[in-house]
Amino acid sequence: MKKKLKYISRRKALNFLGSASLILYLPQLAQASTEMVSGVIEEIIDGKDSVNADIYLDLPEIAENGNQVKVSFEIDSPMTDENFVRFVHVLADGNPAPKVAKFMFTPSAGVCSATTRMRLAKTQNVYLLAEFSNGRYAMAQSTVKVTIGGCGG
Amino acid sequence: MSKVKARAKVPKEASIDEVIEVKTLLRHPMHSGRMKDSEGNVIPRKIINKFIAYFNDNLILSIDLEPSISSNPYIVFPFKVKESGTFNLLWQEETGEEYTMEKTIIVS
Repeated sequence: MKKKLKYISRRKALNFLGSASLILYLPQLAQASTEMVSGVIEEIIDGKDSVNADIYLDLPEIAENGNQVKVSFEIDSPMTDENFVRFVHVLADGNPAPKVAKFMFTPSAGVCSATTRMRLAKTQNVYLLAEFSNGRYAMAQSTVKVTIGGCGG
Repeated sequence: MSKVKARAKVPKEASIDEVIEVKTLLRHPMHSGRMKDSEGNVIPRKIINKFIAYFNDNLILSIDLEPSISSNPYIVFPFKVKESGTFNLLWQEETGEEYTMEKTIIVS
């Protein structure tokens, strides 16, 4: 009797521990990137002042295939030596890693705009952070609904 | 393994101060190191992490790419042409391998 009880409790305990750790672990996996994104954004902003800028962030509202999500942006800037967009960061808060791409522009580009394709693991927010040559920043955000995730697994 | 192949499209001619579009596509798997093959083995990470575009040896644009970029990275960017010249496009893999592409444009 004593032996049986001990056996059951051990299995139950192991089962319980296993499922409990899984339940505890899963939300952390999913949320890690949301927190990571705010961390990355804070790191980029780093006490800079925000500025109103015309940012056109073009993303689909619904992406059927998360493997190929077209993202394009255009930032209104004269792109002269004195006033241009230095960096553009694209971040996503539902992917395993928040950073998607960092664009470094020079005044010789003449226009601050680009298009690329990215992977989105699930429905999430996509952020665009632009850093200007005068040390200010601007941000834009868009939500993409993803039908089939694109990060494998 | 399919071979990595670069493609780029630039108009042959343009007028001064015209904004043209440079379209680039690199045939590359961009394995993020998270995918598994049909047998359940993890496909090792293999990504392009840098794209650089020069025009007549002047840097126009460089991009840090992360694994969140799709396979066959497709990059389009506009460029205001002021003179005839050559675009030098460069893709760098994490392991140090490089792929290049050259395109010329005549400006009249």
